[in-house]
Amino acid sequence: MLAEKYAQEIKAILEKYPPEHRRSAVMPMLYLAQREKMFVSRADMAEVGAILGMSTTDVASIVGFYSLYYDQPKGKYHIQVCTDLSCALRGADQFLQELCSRLGIRPGETTPDGMITVEPVMCLAACDRAPMFQVQSAAGLEYVDKQSGDIHQRVENTLALIEQLRADSGASSRKPAAQTSAGRNGHD
Amino acid sequence: MTENGMVLLRHREIQDLDNLDVYRAHGGFEAFQKAMTQLKPAEVTDMVKASGLRGRGGAGFPTGMKWSFIDNKNWPHYVVANADESEPGTFKDREIMEGNPYQFLEGVAICAYAVQAHEAYVYLRGEFWQLAGRLDQQIAAMETAGLLGEKLFGSDYGLRIHTHLGAGAYICGEETAMLESLEGKLGQPRLRPPFPPSFGLYGKPTIVNNVETLANLPMILAHGAEWYRSFGTEKSPGVKVFSLSGCVNKPGNYELPLGTPFRELIFEHGGGVPEGRKIKAIMSAGASSALIVADDRALDTPMDYESVPNVGGQLGSASVIVIDDSVSIPWLINKTMHFFRHESCGKCTPCREGTFWMAHLTERISQGKATMEDVQLLEDVANQVRGKCLCALGEFSIEAVLSGLERFSSDFDAAVNVTQAAETSVGVAD
Repeated sequence: MLAEKYAQEIKAILEKYPPEHRRSAVMPMLYLAQREKMFVSRADMAEVGAILGMSTTDVASIVGFYSLYYDQPKGKYHIQVCTDLSCALRGADQFLQELCSRLGIRPGETTPDGMITVEPVMCLAACDRAPMFQVQSAAGLEYVDKQSGDIHQRVENTLALIEQLRADSGASSRKPAAQTSAGRNGHD
Repeated sequence: MTENGMVLLRHREIQDLDNLDVYRAHGGFEAFQKAMTQLKPAEVTDMVKASGLRGRGGAGFPTGMKWSFIDNKNWPHYVVANADESEPGTFKDREIMEGNPYQFLEGVAICAYAVQAHEAYVYLRGEFWQLAGRLDQQIAAMETAGLLGEKLFGSDYGLRIHTHLGAGAYICGEETAMLESLEGKLGQPRLRPPFPPSFGLYGKPTIVNNVETLANLPMILAHGAEWYRSFGTEKSPGVKVFSLSGCVNKPGNYELPLGTPFRELIFEHGGGVPEGRKIKAIMSAGASSALIVADDRALDTPMDYESVPNVGGQLGSASVIVIDDSVSIPWLINKTMHFFRHESCGKCTPCREGTFWMAHLTERISQGKATMEDVQLLEDVANQVRGKCLCALGEFSIEAVLSGLERFSSDFDAAVNVTQAAETSVGVAD
């Protein structure tokens, strides 16, 4: 149950909003529900609804509307490549295709080990670093926007990062995405 | 950038400006303190009005005037900072919040004091997850330092700031959709009027301002409206962060006075176009732009709210995407339509259906599988969307389509000729 597992965090989330407008907390609550599993189960939707005074259907509509929530399991790590205009002008489509073919999947698909989903996404507000991507996982979202070199080199770097993610995941299932890999956003 | 240094991107000149002590050592929060201890709320609004500051999110609405519309008969008031930066080609707010976060947060506090809001929300796009985590820490540091909380500077005024993460929906950058989202609903725009200063968050008077707009406020309060007006043009005063991307050697954010010509941004600051290619078109407001033909007249046009329309565009959020002569315009329009189809919230039929069919048609055209009837149908659909939607998304989606069809018709002719050639050769083979 989320209420027991995340009691402190739920309290902190609810305190942000006026008590008579509890449903404002639905988005942060869904991020909480999605933590660990990388998707929101029907049971979790029902519990979030019960906490906030919303029907399960109402909560499900929020999950369906916003693209960063998932209602079924996919890869443990989502490599989300921006293929919007500014990135496309600098080779993002080629990057996506090459990366997918090296992984033996098509865009939107997940590797057979269930670890990596690669998907094209809309603009991530890092157009000056194009092409770039983010990694969404149970630990949150991380920009990988400091890569250099040509497209081929960037694909190689990304494959190395993916290997690092797989290794990290084997070592600990709760560890944030590879902290040592070159190219990731080093603002911590 | 001004002769005296940066106004907004000050972190490029001052190391560790994202540290509260460093920020305060450089005058940080003196403007907020001055506003609170020396000025009445209405005087703060008057000063912002006098500065001529206009909204930096895209609409360019005068900031002080927006504040003066707040309904003082209905309480409480709210402030919402629009940090949902999602327009393709726009990446300025992210740099401001990463590098100079306290100047932005001080701006939020000044705005909140001016409209007497005791709660302010920073609505960040979900992808700014790491950034939101840092802002939470910075807000906590401000609370510890007595810059947020109850009875600030010995007054009766108190303020709290909260972050709120979106979850991947461009439409939430539209202010009423943002308010719906913050209320825990689908991010779909409201019918306006009423506008947020009279009916906003939870139906209460609310000011929604963009991150860059807010980041200007501490500098305006500290140095005065006259000082701010010394930059830029008479009708578009001040500085602007221009996000430069696409076919340029040095993409990035450039802080420049409003009214700087396109040519200076692209060639002096952006280092020109790779491999010496020619510029074919400019989009000045991200994917929501009309395609401006990049002739000498356009390149010499000052980038301000009044001048860009003279060459058939809008300044918008000043997200300048450079398109060189190797780019096919039907391909480009298909890219932008793919975006708008994905991001249409589905509330208004002309936008939901129009973006779907325009994406379908532009895909066919860009793949060389279309006929002239398809091109005419595209124009027809675009014209059917115009003026029929609750918010600007539908309107934005047709900007590149209609301007592209009108100004780059030879690209469409070429795409259609590919189809004809293919059909002819099939005929011969038979």
